[in-house]
Amino acid sequence: MSKNPPNYISTTNACKLCTPLGACLAFKGIEGAVPYLHGSQGCATYMRRYIISHYNEPIDIASSSLSEKNAIYGGGPNLKMGLVNVTRKYQPKLIGIATTCLTETIGDDVGRYLHEFHRETVGTMPIMVRVSTPSYNGTHMEGFHAAVTAVVEQLAEGGEAVGGKINLLPGFISPADKRYLSEILDDFGLDVTILPDLSDTMDGPATSKYDKIQPGGTPLASIATMGRATATIEFGRTLHGKTAGALLEQKHGVKRISLGVPIGIEESDLFFASLSTLSGRPIPEKHAQERGRLVDSYIDCHKYIFGKKAIVYGEEDLVVALTAFLAEIGVVPVLCASGGKSGKLAAAIKETTGDILAEQPQVFEGMDFFDISEMAESLAPDLLIGHSKGYPLARKLEIPLIRVGFPIHDRMGGQRILHLGYRGTQSLFDQVVNATLARKQSDSPVGYSYM
Amino acid sequence: MEALLADRQEQVHRTGEQPFTLVCNKDSLAGAVSQRACVFCGSRVVLYPIADALHLVHGPIGCAVYTWDIRGALSSGPELHRLSFSTDLQERDVIFGGEEKLYRALIELIDRHSPKGAFVYSTCIVGIIGDDLEAVCRRVEAEKGIPVIPVQSEGFKGNKRDGYTAACNAMARIIGTGDTAGISPYSINILGDFNLAGEIWMIREYFERMGVQVVANITGDGRIADLARAHGAALNVVQCSGSTMDLAKIMEERYAIPSIRVSYFGIEDMAQSLYDVAEHFGDPEMLEKTRKLVKEELARVVPQLQKYREVLAGKKAAIYVGGSFKAFSLVKAFRLLDMQVVMVGSQTGTEQEYRELAEITDPGTIIVDDANPLELTSFLEEKEVDILVGGVKERPIAYKLGVGFCDHNHERKEALAGFQGMLNFAEEVYSSVMSPVWRFAMRTKAKDLVTETSKTIVKG
Repeated sequence: MSKNPPNYISTTNACKLCTPLGACLAFKGIEGAVPYLHGSQGCATYMRRYIISHYNEPIDIASSSLSEKNAIYGGGPNLKMGLVNVTRKYQPKLIGIATTCLTETIGDDVGRYLHEFHRETVGTMPIMVRVSTPSYNGTHMEGFHAAVTAVVEQLAEGGEAVGGKINLLPGFISPADKRYLSEILDDFGLDVTILPDLSDTMDGPATSKYDKIQPGGTPLASIATMGRATATIEFGRTLHGKTAGALLEQKHGVKRISLGVPIGIEESDLFFASLSTLSGRPIPEKHAQERGRLVDSYIDCHKYIFGKKAIVYGEEDLVVALTAFLAEIGVVPVLCASGGKSGKLAAAIKETTGDILAEQPQVFEGMDFFDISEMAESLAPDLLIGHSKGYPLARKLEIPLIRVGFPIHDRMGGQRILHLGYRGTQSLFDQVVNATLARKQSDSPVGYSYM
Repeated sequence: MEALLADRQEQVHRTGEQPFTLVCNKDSLAGAVSQRACVFCGSRVVLYPIADALHLVHGPIGCAVYTWDIRGALSSGPELHRLSFSTDLQERDVIFGGEEKLYRALIELIDRHSPKGAFVYSTCIVGIIGDDLEAVCRRVEAEKGIPVIPVQSEGFKGNKRDGYTAACNAMARIIGTGDTAGISPYSINILGDFNLAGEIWMIREYFERMGVQVVANITGDGRIADLARAHGAALNVVQCSGSTMDLAKIMEERYAIPSIRVSYFGIEDMAQSLYDVAEHFGDPEMLEKTRKLVKEELARVVPQLQKYREVLAGKKAAIYVGGSFKAFSLVKAFRLLDMQVVMVGSQTGTEQEYRELAEITDPGTIIVDDANPLELTSFLEEKEVDILVGGVKERPIAYKLGVGFCDHNHERKEALAGFQGMLNFAEEVYSSVMSPVWRFAMRTKAKDLVTETSKTIVKG
């Protein structure tokens, strides 16, 4: 039933962001870190604006600010000068250096520059982690994961395993999600390192002094011990290449548990079951109760949403999780689209929904919003689930948009959206149900205040 | 000062504290976290509002996706400018060259959208891999019969100002290609207004009331056909000096069209702009109509400003904007509200502009070129500012410090130009400065408040 995916030359209204943006976000989730882009000035400024508009928090991304001369003769001197200046002004504990399409194309050897720089500045500079993120290769998610891998590769140390200590690599989640994950792991009595952690750095409280670098982020000391954990839980069914979890397993023998992003009951159950196994404890009563209430609400509301059609778009792993969630509540995912190209999206969706959906949805990678819009016309969806950039389509189709993920640029509080686990699912579920009810109510010729 | 790197000191001046010296239009310092963008950004902001053109960004996806529908530049008709088109170059294109992909993308998009013209923006790596944009554009132009113009906007080849120049050069290739029949001797082009929140419609209406014909909006609510005949106008009225002054110069050289510089922000500058145009034409009837217009507008607006002035008097304002022309009007607008401007800065001001700012601002005012977050933070704290005027990137800095904020950048959805704009501006400033939420914020020592309150409660 799946028709051929659209195959246009040009990209219109992309459903992805560029690789270095993801790397900057990942670095921002590390204690005392300043993200640094080795490229021209514009990249850093554009990404800052884009990120600020979602989190409403400062994010300082430094840049080598390369000029034409540097592009010809190499960006090494500017890189070094930039690192010195950032260190002087911010006194960071870590500088996360990501390349851009410019420096990758001119062939700057950042590894060699840093090697020289370390020799020249012995002991006086912060830790430097570098990652190669040419924007002509992959999306922001590849950049995000590559930065996490680079951090683990360069900073995690091996040694004897510590009982009860685990790693959690959640991928790109909201600050609210991270706080909830910490609560869950705490309730299981597990000592966890969550990498990265944007919950304070990109969702900080108003305080009585301005911090040059926002407090919070994954502590460097914890990252160092990641090689001694008993297991790593890594979210994402479409991950590819060398993941941080795979690296910890290969290099330090830390068992890798690969799970989907836990949205919906089925995927959340897998997560809770893993924690139960790792901790040797049953699911804490509080969370069992939350699950129970979620099931209760599924039942209470099932008729209002059964058979409704949804289009899901965004980052691949988020799309997989949202699709699994929709399938289990009786909403029919009619199109699952991402700008990413892992090659694994369709298989991951089949794996998570195969036993529920009679028919697999149309699943396409490498999509933009022109493609999605074009397909949407014949699919006649009842709702969209994804980030803010789907709004023009929702407006055109006159259907609700359930805002999730990144970026949320047309509403406040994107950083506070809870997606994960039983609690996050409850929140998403209520939004789906109520958006449907609101639609029916406003379409009604008489209007009613009692269903 | 701790916040200021040695290499940045010559880009900061304090009015009255020393003779005026300020270095500007210099490359941003590596590692300083400049608020500036790049050459591409400069070109993109100027050309963006041309609504019936295809704006194709030739490069990897970032440059296109970060500039997708981010501005409040409205169109009265086509809305092609609000879409984000990219060749989305991949590794293989970088290795083998992107010309063929660019050609095919252009053909595909022109067939799909039937634009009246196309701008093809060059990005960083296009400048490195050496794609011949000129050749591709020429080929497509010949095949499709619409102007297809390359914009030399490689991000690293200068700063935002160079991007303005590239955009002006691109527009100059369209100007002069249209028919100028029927254009009034009392006619102008509006340069440097981008129709944010419909501002250019207000300005056009003023000119129409004066009996002045507007030939081309450059570029707010802009159209290719209007650009093509813009050389038929008798006068170029230029706002936002940095962005379109180059085009006015080109048009003066080629078509002997004089230009005047104006600003539509604040009632003083708005009125002066209209008078300057009327005086240029020297028509007594027009002058009379202008007087009447200004009188009517002032009679409507000034009384309403009074209530804002009463409460805002003495509050302190800081200004950090893209080009410094806007800063002049803002200084005056704040004066009209009896507010005190304590810091003025911009990303791309000129030495002359900063010198003039130093002349019109009060002693002790900080003048800064190409500032960064830590500098802005230290200035806002030092001067105990009540409100910062800036763009999205400055907003969280202000808010974290517990300082009010007014968005005066391209993203905004509020009209701040024209007589009505002054009223809207006052309302914006008022609604931020006077909000009760600041009592919980850091400037009022939120932490102490909490401790004090809890002490009181515990003591009973």
